[in-house]
This record gives sequence, C-alpha cells and structure tokens, in this order.
Amino acid sequence: MSTYPWAAGYIDDGDRPKVVTSRFHLEDGYMLERYHATGGYDGLKAVLKKSPTEVHDEVKTATVLGRGGAGFPAGTKWGLMPAGKFPRYLVVNGDESEPGTYKDRLLMERDPHQLVEGCLIAAYAAGLSQVFLYIRGEMPLAHERVANALNEAYAAGYVGKNILGTKFSVDIVLHWGAGAYVVGEETALIESLEGKRGEPRLKPPFFPAAVGLYGQPTIVNNVETLSNLPWLAINGTAAYTAIGTATSPGTRMVAVSGHVNRPGVYEIINGTTTFRDLLYGEEFCQGIRNGNELKAFVPGGGSAPWFTPEQLDLPFEGRLVGAAGSMLGSGAIMVMDHTTDIPKAALTLTHFYAAESCGQCTPCREGGTWLERVLQRVVDGRGTRADLDQMFEIGESICPGNFPHAASSKLGLEAAPFPYKMTTICFVGPSAYAPVHSALTLFRDEFEAKIVERKHIPVSVGVVDDHH
Amino acid sequence: MSRLNEANVMLAKEIIGRYPKARSATIPLLHLSQQQNGYITDDAIAHIAELVGATSAEVLGTCTFYEMFKMVPVGKYLVNICGTMSCQLLGADELMHHAEQTLGVKAGGTTSDGLFTLEHAECQAACTEAPNMQVNYRHCHRMTTTNFDKLIDDLRAGRLEGEIPVHGTLARVRQQIPADKAAGVASPDAPVVPAWMPEAAQ
Repeated sequence: MSTYPWAAGYIDDGDRPKVVTSRFHLEDGYMLERYHATGGYDGLKAVLKKSPTEVHDEVKTATVLGRGGAGFPAGTKWGLMPAGKFPRYLVVNGDESEPGTYKDRLLMERDPHQLVEGCLIAAYAAGLSQVFLYIRGEMPLAHERVANALNEAYAAGYVGKNILGTKFSVDIVLHWGAGAYVVGEETALIESLEGKRGEPRLKPPFFPAAVGLYGQPTIVNNVETLSNLPWLAINGTAAYTAIGTATSPGTRMVAVSGHVNRPGVYEIINGTTTFRDLLYGEEFCQGIRNGNELKAFVPGGGSAPWFTPEQLDLPFEGRLVGAAGSMLGSGAIMVMDHTTDIPKAALTLTHFYAAESCGQCTPCREGGTWLERVLQRVVDGRGTRADLDQMFEIGESICPGNFPHAASSKLGLEAAPFPYKMTTICFVGPSAYAPVHSALTLFRDEFEAKIVERKHIPVSVGVVDDHH
Repeated sequence: MSRLNEANVMLAKEIIGRYPKARSATIPLLHLSQQQNGYITDDAIAHIAELVGATSAEVLGTCTFYEMFKMVPVGKYLVNICGTMSCQLLGADELMHHAEQTLGVKAGGTTSDGLFTLEHAECQAACTEAPNMQVNYRHCHRMTTTNFDKLIDDLRAGRLEGEIPVHGTLARVRQQIPADKAAGVASPDAPVVPAWMPEAAQ
C-alpha cells in the first residue's frame, strides 16, 4: 500500500490495472520530461498515423463511458454532431463540484499532460477546431499545473499549428470558472464560456453536439473521460475492453469519503467491483470507522438517491445501479455510520442544491429553498407531522410521479428505478429533493422522532388587538 | 479608479484574442481585475464591458452570478470552511464554530485588522480529506482546531506568503500561446473545414 504526500487522498493498493493514475506515484509526473519518459504523447503519435474515422471508431468500439455523471459513451456523443458543419469545438468540463467528488482535480494536478493528450486525440478524431479547457475557479493548483503543461506542450510542438509536422492544428485555451456548481451542467458550462451567467439552456436542442458554443457543434467531455484516451490509443481497444465488463469497460476513479477507516480516491475496475468491496475490502476502505454499523451511503455524488446495507453487493455498473434506484454519477461515495443524524445529513445536501440553484426554474428556485426551510425546522425540533408529508408534496412539484429509491426488505419496499421525471431545465432541482426523498423514505422513523407532539391549543374566539 | 492598469490591459487584450468572441473573456478579465484590486469595482465592470464589447449590465450580471467575485473589499485572506456532506459528517460544524471563536467574527465577517474574511463554503473536491477548508482557494486538508490555530498564527506572522498569495491571485502560472505556434481561433463567422479531416469523415 502506498500513499503519496503530493497526491493527498489517492491510495495505491492492490494489484489492479492503472489506466489514468499510472503517474500518480511520481512526484514530478506533471512535468513534460517525466511524461515523455513514461510513454507520454506516444498515444498522440499513434493516432496521427491513422485516419480520424479509425480513431473515432476505436473510441466507439471501446465504449469509453462519460465519467462526469450521465455515463454517456464518448464515441457516440462525438457522432451526434451534424455532418459538414464547422467549426466544431471541444469544451473540457473541469468544473468538478458535485458533493463527494474528488478525482478530476487530482487528474489535473497530477497528470495534466495526459489530459492535454486526451484533448488532442478527441480533437483529431472528431474534427474539433478549438479546445476550451474549463477549470473550476477554486482550484488554483490545477490551473497552474495545466497552464504549465500547455506552455510546455506548445513549446514542444504538441499543441498549436501543424502538430508534429502534420496537417492537424488546434489550440487549447485554458479557461477558468468563478464558483457556481450549476456550471457543471454542459449547457450552463457553454453559457459561462460565452461570458454569461451560468444558466442551463432550455431543451431541446438536447445536445450541445448539435447546437453548442456560439451555436456551433460542441462536444463537452469530462476530464477523466478524456484522460482515458492516451492509454486507449497506446494499448488498443481489446486491452481496454478486457478490463471491466462489456457494458462498463475500463476503470473508474472513485472517491469514498465519510465514516470509513480509509477514505480515499481509488482507481477501480469498472462494472465488477462491488460497493462491499469498496467499503470493506482490504485494498480499499477497510470497513466502517470504530467498527461501527453502516447505516446508509450515497453511491454517486450528492444528487444520487441513497443506498443502505441491502445494496452493498451491487457492482459499480450503471444499469444495475439504475435499476436498483440510484445512479453512479460522478464516482463519489459518501458513507454514513449508525451514529449519523439522518435528517441533518439530508439537510446538508438539500442546503447545497438550494443554494446552488441558478434561479431560472420556479420549482427549483422556490421548491429547493422551501424544502430546506421545512427540513431545517424538523431538524431543529420545531417540525410537525404535516411537514413530513409536505416535503413529499414539494418534491412532487419538482419531480412528478415515482422518484427513484432503493428497495428495503425491512420496510417491504421495492426499488423504484432511475431516472425521474422533472419540471425543471436541469437536474439541480431534483437533486435538492433526492436526499430528502431517500432519507424520508428509508428512515422516516428518525424524522418522526424529531417531531414534538403538541397538545391541541383551542383557538380563542376573541381576537386580542395589540394596537388599542 | 480601479480600471485595469496598462500592463493588465495588454494582458486582457491577449486573453480576448484567444476566443472567437470577445465576450467569452469576461470571467478571465473579472479575475484579472480582482487580482489587481482585491475585489471588483463598478469602474472595473465598466472597463471590462468596454474591452469585451458588452454592456456594463451584462458584465455585472455575469459577475454577480459567481461566488468568487467580491463586490466589496474582503480580507487579505479569505478563509472558506467547507460545510458539505463529507466534511459535515467529520466535524465541519465544530471547525466553523472554532473559527468564529478564534477570529472573533461570524461567517461572512471580516476581522477588524482586515486580515481575514471567514466564509461558509460548499464542496471543495477533497472529500476524502475531510474536514477541509481553503485559504484564498488553497486547500487545507484534515483540519483540526489545533492546526487551524497554527495556520492562522502562520498567516498572521507572514510565514506562508510564498505559498498563499493575497486574495485575488488566482494562479501564478499563466498560459502563454506563442504567436508563431498558435493554430488561431476557430471563428463561427468564418467556417473552415479542419485541414486534417478527409471528406468521408466530415
């Protein structure tokens, strides 16, 4: 087992393939010299010998799933661009801010050249004429490392005009955000990159691949997704799909945080690693702190409906987790042991989404803050029984119909599968409801314990008028 | 006062030149302005609007959307304590309480010597290292009340000036695109088919 002071959080234990973290053990892995010495830019060189169509087909065949949240295959996404319409852009989503998520920052800080090379491979394959690398504002170290990598790559002829003497020319422009969670939504990211308020765009059009930056075809890919491409280019599709399962090939970076013995960022095998492996495995988190009982966990970032110990044996596979009532999202698992105050934990997340609402859609702007207010008074011991039902009613106005939730044999509940219906443009509104819905569905008794039963106070017939 | 100075105007023009549309440079220029003055002034908004070809109202609208832009002066050090789930599960409330006691201000306040502004913050992407905080957006992991006090002492004594620049300084390394190496902007107004794309792949 190894940890490295320069990569706080990353845990290198067990004998698993490393697709994106192969340089994390090197203190200077972010420098071009070290990158070269460890196979850096060999993927780009291999790709430039093939036609763009061949490279695109490889990414499609390898089924490189998007690592940002929705899990949409990158190769398929690239194929959604209308033929013949140029210029096309690549916008790199480095605005990592989903609660619990910690991986893109590490990838940018520890191996920025890998990301740059991934951008170049994508631009070559999909015919993207300019790349904008959007980094979250609150990550100055990532910004400095990527800026330095780009400066080195320009000087070495990997980025810019006539890359490595070929006809392939593309600029990568480093752009930085300024603190707004909603900008992680791809159309909000584009609005922000156009210099505007980061408000998600009305759909349809559903995909920026058709109408994106400046109205042009635009691919928005996550940092981890692109960081997979150099390894794929060097090792080939067969080697990539040999890891994981047919529907979830390759590896994934996951961050496990909260009440475990060894919280950390791990590169795991996609599709087969179970939540039990992750939470209790020797090479992963080694169990719940102080030998405590596991109460619940959030399997895919703060937006995801919660799981309980009953779901521990599910593998890290999108379809199975979706059918079980949640999502894998951004690879963020937050663990709660039996000492956790469940209503308060739900309040923390609901507060986050209510505060981060951009304010465009009424159900999210009003519903999110309303949910927070009601939940706050329940947590403070001022709630009534009617408040509990009211929270479901508010949620219904954001997400009509069945909201996804996990099965519970104890409660005699069957799973309600993902996804949900919504009355908002983006997922921020539903995300404010997800923790409340999960907590209230699976742990209603904890909310009821906070309700103070009040005696019926008869209303006086006469009205006391203070003014006279 | 507080328009961008001459050196920063040069830098601003270089940044604007990287985008197909000037308005895309709005957020980078707001950061540049905040780096120069420590916060964003009305004059800076007007100046940036001139530079990117937008109205002051449009630039102000963008500016107020993003949490990092401060419209009033803040302390030399912005202390952001994360209160989102993973940190909250591991003691963020206690850390915030301690910070309020130690600094003598409530969250949102600035100490009377102008050194520290304390803020409640949302997820800082370091969840395995909870509880977290940032000083001028530089991460501080696994905080305890003891190492919080030491950090504040070190900042007061100026021992961390090399590591943590004053508020407004985002990154100390800037991207440079040498003119002779640049591929050039891809403007939507002058569509060009990428030179490396064969017809079949378009």
